[in-house]
Amino acid sequence: MAASTTLASGAGPARPARSVWQRVRAGDNLAYSVTLGAASAILLITGLLVYELYAHSAASRAKFGWQFLFTSTWDPVADQYGALPFIYGTVVTSAVALFIGIPLGVGAAIFLAELAPPRISDGLTFLIELLAAVPSVIYGLLGIFILVPILRQVEPAIRAVLGWTPLFQGPFYGVSLFSAGVVLAVMIVPFIISISREVIRAVPADQREAALALGATRWEMTWDVVVPYAKNGIMASIFLALARSLGETMAVTMVVGNDPKIRASLFAPGYSIAAVIANEFTEATGDMYTSALIELGLVLFALTIVINGAARLLVARRNVA
Amino acid sequence: MWPAKMASPAASGEPKPAGQTAPKLSATDLNFYYGSFQALHGISMRIYENHVTACIGPSGCGKSTFLRTLNRMNESVRNTRAEGQIVLDGQDIHTLEVSEVRRRVGMVFQRSNPFPKSIFDNVAYGLRINGSFDRSALGDAVEHSLRRAALWDEVKDKLNQSAYGLSGGQQQRLCIARALAVNPEVLLLDEPCSALDPMATTKIEDLIFQLKSSCTIVIVTHNMQQAARVADFTGFFLLGRLIEFNETPVIFKTPAKKETEDYVTGRFG
Amino acid sequence: MSGSLHLLRRKAVNVAMLTLTGLCTLVAAGTLVFILSYLVIHGAKSLSWDFFTKLPAPVGEAGGGMANAIVGSAKLLLIATLVGVPIGFLGGVYLAEFGGTTFSFIVRYVTDLLNGVPSIVIAIFAYTMIVLPQKHFSTLAGGLALGVMMIPIAVRSSEEFLRAVPMSLREGAVALGASKAQAIFTVVIPAAKNGIITGIMLNLARVAGETAPLLFTSFSNRYWSPGWEQPTAALPVMIFTYAIAPYEDWHEQAWSAGFVLLALVLAVNIFARMILSKRKHVAR
Repeated sequence: MAASTTLASGAGPARPARSVWQRVRAGDNLAYSVTLGAASAILLITGLLVYELYAHSAASRAKFGWQFLFTSTWDPVADQYGALPFIYGTVVTSAVALFIGIPLGVGAAIFLAELAPPRISDGLTFLIELLAAVPSVIYGLLGIFILVPILRQVEPAIRAVLGWTPLFQGPFYGVSLFSAGVVLAVMIVPFIISISREVIRAVPADQREAALALGATRWEMTWDVVVPYAKNGIMASIFLALARSLGETMAVTMVVGNDPKIRASLFAPGYSIAAVIANEFTEATGDMYTSALIELGLVLFALTIVINGAARLLVARRNVA
Repeated sequence: MWPAKMASPAASGEPKPAGQTAPKLSATDLNFYYGSFQALHGISMRIYENHVTACIGPSGCGKSTFLRTLNRMNESVRNTRAEGQIVLDGQDIHTLEVSEVRRRVGMVFQRSNPFPKSIFDNVAYGLRINGSFDRSALGDAVEHSLRRAALWDEVKDKLNQSAYGLSGGQQQRLCIARALAVNPEVLLLDEPCSALDPMATTKIEDLIFQLKSSCTIVIVTHNMQQAARVADFTGFFLLGRLIEFNETPVIFKTPAKKETEDYVTGRFG
Repeated sequence: MSGSLHLLRRKAVNVAMLTLTGLCTLVAAGTLVFILSYLVIHGAKSLSWDFFTKLPAPVGEAGGGMANAIVGSAKLLLIATLVGVPIGFLGGVYLAEFGGTTFSFIVRYVTDLLNGVPSIVIAIFAYTMIVLPQKHFSTLAGGLALGVMMIPIAVRSSEEFLRAVPMSLREGAVALGASKAQAIFTVVIPAAKNGIITGIMLNLARVAGETAPLLFTSFSNRYWSPGWEQPTAALPVMIFTYAIAPYEDWHEQAWSAGFVLLALVLAVNIFARMILSKRKHVAR
């Protein structure tokens, strides 16, 4: 027995067949196969989803081509469909949400991460993270019955301050792009706060100490050193929040006004991709109508993939930094 | 006496206890690689039944790597390769089913790792996965193992409590009992006392003395005094090579190699 | 001196900005308190025993309840669990225990992709897969949509908790002669079971409140929905329908339903988080 053998790691050795060990190895194989099957099922389901979206929007895609994305007509009677009003509404409401949500969220995250005593910080964060668990339809409920009336009260004040811009002109009936933006802001703030707070807390102590040792005030240390260091993570949280707001359906549907027109004013009613699908899908008569709605779903899907992809890139860069 | 082909390149006179013609476990020309890095170079060593063999050497010398090849634990690490033979009772362990090898060659780790189960379930685990389910037979086996590990008196009233309620030293003895429950022929101990206080260490060293009459023990330790206390044979490792292997008194009092002498007298490591 | 004036300005800015961040926090935390209190006050006051036991009254009539919606939601969640939990949990086991390959990298990427898909798009998927071929709405279709939504979160959460089990436990099991499958199912999974179970609970709480996936899959129903092949009422859908309707009575019922739904969702969330945070202190 002087020959030496080279053995690869984990390679199955030749050995006498023994039933116990065969059963054990069969158990190993079974476990591997079953879990592999589950993992593959995920790939299958996702692939199927993309395929179904693509296949069932074929009629609309064939008829309108790329112009679909740039046409602003939405006329079910004449069977003419264009995605532009909905893309516009989706983008505008999300923009309003980010405009309100980012300062609010990052500001609160800074407070919770840097200033608040630990127990208060943990307690408040717990409450804020619970906000993320509130179902969308409940935000919609509160939107209709509380936010919209409040906004109707507040509207003259806003108009007084900002009425000179085209953004805040025209009649206001309560349901509007602005209302939807505000509701979305409330919905995405918990995500921004939760992630940003973690990222800010993770900034190493020596960074802060370096700034303080140079005579910086607390705020200067935070704003000039800590936040830039945490920049990638904060950006990632913003992208994640954006991805969420793009796909948000119920809360938007209930307060956006459901009007497929493009208007400059935020006070005007509008429509988003998710909202129009939710509202009109069951009433869509005719294949072209349904196909157009499904094509809108495809557009939304593509949009969220791009945003999520950007978020992941940012997270990856953060880990390398 | 010695079959000519089994000459070891490292040691001069081969030590051997009286009455044994063949070792219980032996490594011959063992090379081991992590990827392209060679961690073990041509290790040949014989481990004799019912004796304690210690592996000593400075950090990173490969003694733990060597220990883990003896029960094929290194196979769970990716990108590793072993060359050479490891023979248990005349059979190359790579030709045996790996689960059987591990049942016959048990291991206790540096940090105790009891499962998040009760004390009873921890000790019974090895028996259960090997197919024993009879509750009373298990109960007897568990008691027997806990007695062998000198832990029975301390835990007999709380067998159903979580293993995490025990002290560090008790947990390590529990891990020993768990390993003993499947009646291994060889027990590998990887620095079993390094995380324990002196009192707990003494208990485990006493345990090793008692166990060797029913078991063969290989212990890796960075504590030379411990090796001197418990081991019958000692192998000195340096940079992945077995520099010298002999009966413990010889290694510590009259080592043949300069490197050995430097290490045991404390000049380095 | 301009130097000390500059310093004074910096200190003023310091106080101002830090106070501002405190205000932001107050607004954020205050919103939750506001939401909760409003729902408790408004919703609880219209809550009655009828809500849980009666069917919806005919349109225009006062009274009635949402018993069918409660049962409907429960049935939908049952199907969702059957679809989402096995695939998600076993997929997570695969990634945690057999991962490291290119295939598992792809699986993880696609899982994240699926996680980002808006719920309305998943509804379209369930519609084309089940409603179109069957030519009717059904509990099955709604359950499938919710189940697909559960999968990515189940995968991620299971994988995370399995990975958190220390390597030393796996090694301990294997050193005793356990095969890989035995080690996984008798040591690793039991060690992670608290986290996995709370993960499933949180997942269920999340999909319980989802409305969009149901709008054109399980649709709605003003009566009981026997079996799995008929459209069914569900709590979130009822809230939506009643809230946008012109009847004051229905608005009241929407508040009640909102209160019940929120109470359930928050209760599960608080409970699960408490369990999870306690684990961190006990973990070894």
